[in-house]
Amino acid sequence: MKFLLIEDNQELAHAILSRMRLDGHVIDHASNLGDASAFVETGEYDLILLDIMLPDGDGRSFLKQHRASDLHTPVIVLTARSQVSDRIGSLDLGADDYVTKPFDHAELEARCRAVLRRKAGKAQTVTELGGVVFDPVAGLLTVNGDKVTLRNRELRLLELLINAPGQVFSKNRLADRLFSYDEDASENAIEVYIGRLRKHLENSDLKITTLRGLGYRLEHDT
Amino acid sequence: MTRSLPVSGSLRNRLVLTLIGGAAVLALLLFFAVRNYATQVAQQGQDNILSASVASILDAATIREGKVEIDIPYASFSMLGTSSDDRVFYAIYQDEALLSGYSDLALVPVSSDRLGAFQTISFRREKVRLITASRTLIGRDGRTQIRVSVAQTQDELSGTLDQISRNAAIFGTGFFALAALLSFWATSTTIGQLNRLTTSVTRRGPQDLRPFEKPVPAEMAPLVTSLNSLMGRLNHSLSQSEDFIAEAAHRVRTPLATVRSYAEATLQRVEKEENRQAMRSMVRAIDESSRAAGQLLDHAMITFRADHLERQDIDLVELVQDLVMGLSPIAEMKDLELQLDSIGPATYSGDPILIQNAVRNLIDNALKYAPSESTVTIRVQGVPRAEIKVSDSGPGFPEDELGTLAARFTRGKNAEGTIGSGLGLTIAKDVAMAHGGELVLSNNVEGGACAVLSL
Repeated sequence: MKFLLIEDNQELAHAILSRMRLDGHVIDHASNLGDASAFVETGEYDLILLDIMLPDGDGRSFLKQHRASDLHTPVIVLTARSQVSDRIGSLDLGADDYVTKPFDHAELEARCRAVLRRKAGKAQTVTELGGVVFDPVAGLLTVNGDKVTLRNRELRLLELLINAPGQVFSKNRLADRLFSYDEDASENAIEVYIGRLRKHLENSDLKITTLRGLGYRLEHDT
Repeated sequence: MTRSLPVSGSLRNRLVLTLIGGAAVLALLLFFAVRNYATQVAQQGQDNILSASVASILDAATIREGKVEIDIPYASFSMLGTSSDDRVFYAIYQDEALLSGYSDLALVPVSSDRLGAFQTISFRREKVRLITASRTLIGRDGRTQIRVSVAQTQDELSGTLDQISRNAAIFGTGFFALAALLSFWATSTTIGQLNRLTTSVTRRGPQDLRPFEKPVPAEMAPLVTSLNSLMGRLNHSLSQSEDFIAEAAHRVRTPLATVRSYAEATLQRVEKEENRQAMRSMVRAIDESSRAAGQLLDHAMITFRADHLERQDIDLVELVQDLVMGLSPIAEMKDLELQLDSIGPATYSGDPILIQNAVRNLIDNALKYAPSESTVTIRVQGVPRAEIKVSDSGPGFPEDELGTLAARFTRGKNAEGTIGSGLGLTIAKDVAMAHGGELVLSNNVEGGACAVLSL
């Protein structure tokens, strides 16, 4: 996915950029409203992540302006306030959703997917590999023409594997991505999800192999 | 809530009492003055006639051939005639010897210096007005002294006085009644100004801190001016603390977000299990602290709003729908399904921000404890009571802690390992209580927690 991050705090912006790029997203960064407008006019983004408190103006005025223009890029607001009234305020002004800082990237991604699904976003994110068409936004997997709707964790697991075919992922790493930090993720749970994905991919050229003591890997039979 | 102020008397009572008391004293004074004056005037009239009568008797006294002769003129007594048949008594003495008249009138002691003066005495068990005068006659045998006393009962006079007193009393009472009426009117007009100011202060919403601009009487202007300046300062400090909280939250949460993002990114890269464990702990600690900070601020805001509840009509179904939509991405991450059942339309008059916050906390809890790939059910009903029920199929509340879980900073025994501040249920309970309702926690028969927010 292609993101525009509007955030004045350089440290936080850098942290978000590196985290998002790890997941294979393309992300541009604007640290003030002036730059942001320039970015929005020239580039096409799937989603805008907008901080509310900015040096050259309130993020909400950007929202208003953005909604008045004919660009319909969905906006997710990053807010430091937890007051409900503030959240409602930004939703009223046309934000599609919000996350409260500090946020869980898995949650941010889940929200992005939900927003894009709601907005019937352009399917730029579809991956085609080994007779499989995978649309993570819609949560759809098409294997030889048969459509399967994936559950969220199956989806995230497949997304991780399909974006880096051939790479070995340890069980722990997969668990960290699939479960929130306050859940006890047993290694068995990972095996359950791997098992389900294997079943979905049965009729394709893709298969998930187990490397004893190391983890899993998505392989593409040719 | 508002504590009743100690009261030192009432302005209205004080004013009314002073004014009515003054009127009463004035009315009494008026009554006595009128009666006194009338008595004097009437007495004067009787006295004049009595002295004329005595004078005419004395005038008629002559010495003829060495003997005193008194031919009492008819007019002497007829002039004393009254409509109420007052009786007249007289006595004539020549050198202390009774010549004619009522001998017992002589018994009445008359001091010599009172001669020619009027006296009111009791004679034959009746009050009479008495005048005594004397005249010295000079004859061939030398001088002789004639003394004449005339007395008259006072029936006519007291009749007149009674009538005057009655009229004076009626006049005094009328004056008093009028003055009392005026004092009530004057008091309520004066107090009315204060009441109008009070009403306009009370009618204001809790957020309305604008100065009062309606004209007030000059005497109240200083009060309203200080009230306005107090409100100005309050408004200023409120907006300052609101800005401060927002700024503080921003300053704390932004670096926390930085740390969390870096920690997550680092977790992607490190392989060693103990390093990963450290990173996970870091992320958990960040979540814990940011959640606690958020809940504390929310709790403060809720306490404030609950104290000044501003009710408006809310569609509860719509409110919960919005919440469910906002929380569904989080539910999705755990492959949980949020199911909303509504039994008919549910409108309720309350504070939407408070109710939203309470329900969010209940759903948050359910999402945290529900096992993956299960369903969290939210049921909204409007009748007989507005109720929102959230139930999950998680471990449920510990049975022996059902009564204490909603206390501040209390967390269930089975909450270890789950991130929370211990304020979520407190917030929900406070909101329910602010709306005159309650939060009921129980466990479903088939397992799982069930929280009912009834308003």
